[in-house]
Amino acid sequence: MIRLTRSYRFSAAHVLARADWSDERNREVYGKCANPAGHGHNYVLEVTLRGETDPQTGSLVRLAELDRVVREKILDRVDQRFLNRELPEFQELVPTAENIARFAWRALKGEISPAVLDRIRLVETSKNSVEVCADAEDET
Amino acid sequence: MEFSASHRFWCEDWDAVRNRAVFGAGASRFSHGHNYALEVTLRGSIDAETGMVMDLKQLKDVMQVEVAARFDHRNLNEDCEYFVDRPASAENLALVIFDLLDAALPAGALHAVRLAPLQDLAVEVTR
Repeated sequence: MIRLTRSYRFSAAHVLARADWSDERNREVYGKCANPAGHGHNYVLEVTLRGETDPQTGSLVRLAELDRVVREKILDRVDQRFLNRELPEFQELVPTAENIARFAWRALKGEISPAVLDRIRLVETSKNSVEVCADAEDET
Repeated sequence: MEFSASHRFWCEDWDAVRNRAVFGAGASRFSHGHNYALEVTLRGSIDAETGMVMDLKQLKDVMQVEVAARFDHRNLNEDCEYFVDRPASAENLALVIFDLLDAALPAGALHAVRLAPLQDLAVEVTR
């Protein structure tokens, strides 16, 4: 089994708060992340693929093609953006690291054939990161 | 461990147009190099006497003989027998390293080989 992981960076702002909750409840659940004006992170997005290497190129995927797909499907949409205010996906859904990783999974799944999307890892700060893996995510 | 080597994506039997079509715009008959970061993961039970899965010195010696002595400060295409008939991609190099280490280590001990030619690119081989 061979896997390839490529890392990307983007910077974005978000607020962790639900519109249907009071300010107090949001503050209680999300803490300082509920600040209505928003705050930001430098995110690292790791995209892991698995599959077979092409005998001619020796590569699992053409990196320029992978970079183009990730740029178009994700980076161009989220980099330097306020996720709650600018992305329709996060109008209702709270842009937690978990939900951003799932958004990335859905945006990339099936887009990089013949390689298979194996894992998305999103690093939000030096202290927290989330992973979305094939087995669990395809059941949701 | 880290080792430094050069390689190229270029097939002499093809013209420049075909090489660039297959390998991408960066294809060149001249080599370029990387500092490859290699992570080797073993699995196994903890030895009751030593408290270790494996003696790190023993692992280090195997990595020195099987990897560093073969690939460090070499041109993968020109100095190594492994890439005569296949491209010296990170994927193929990781597959070769996995097989070399697997043969040299105790049976079943090797779990994964992770090879990173760049900070933002890594390939991992498992069984």
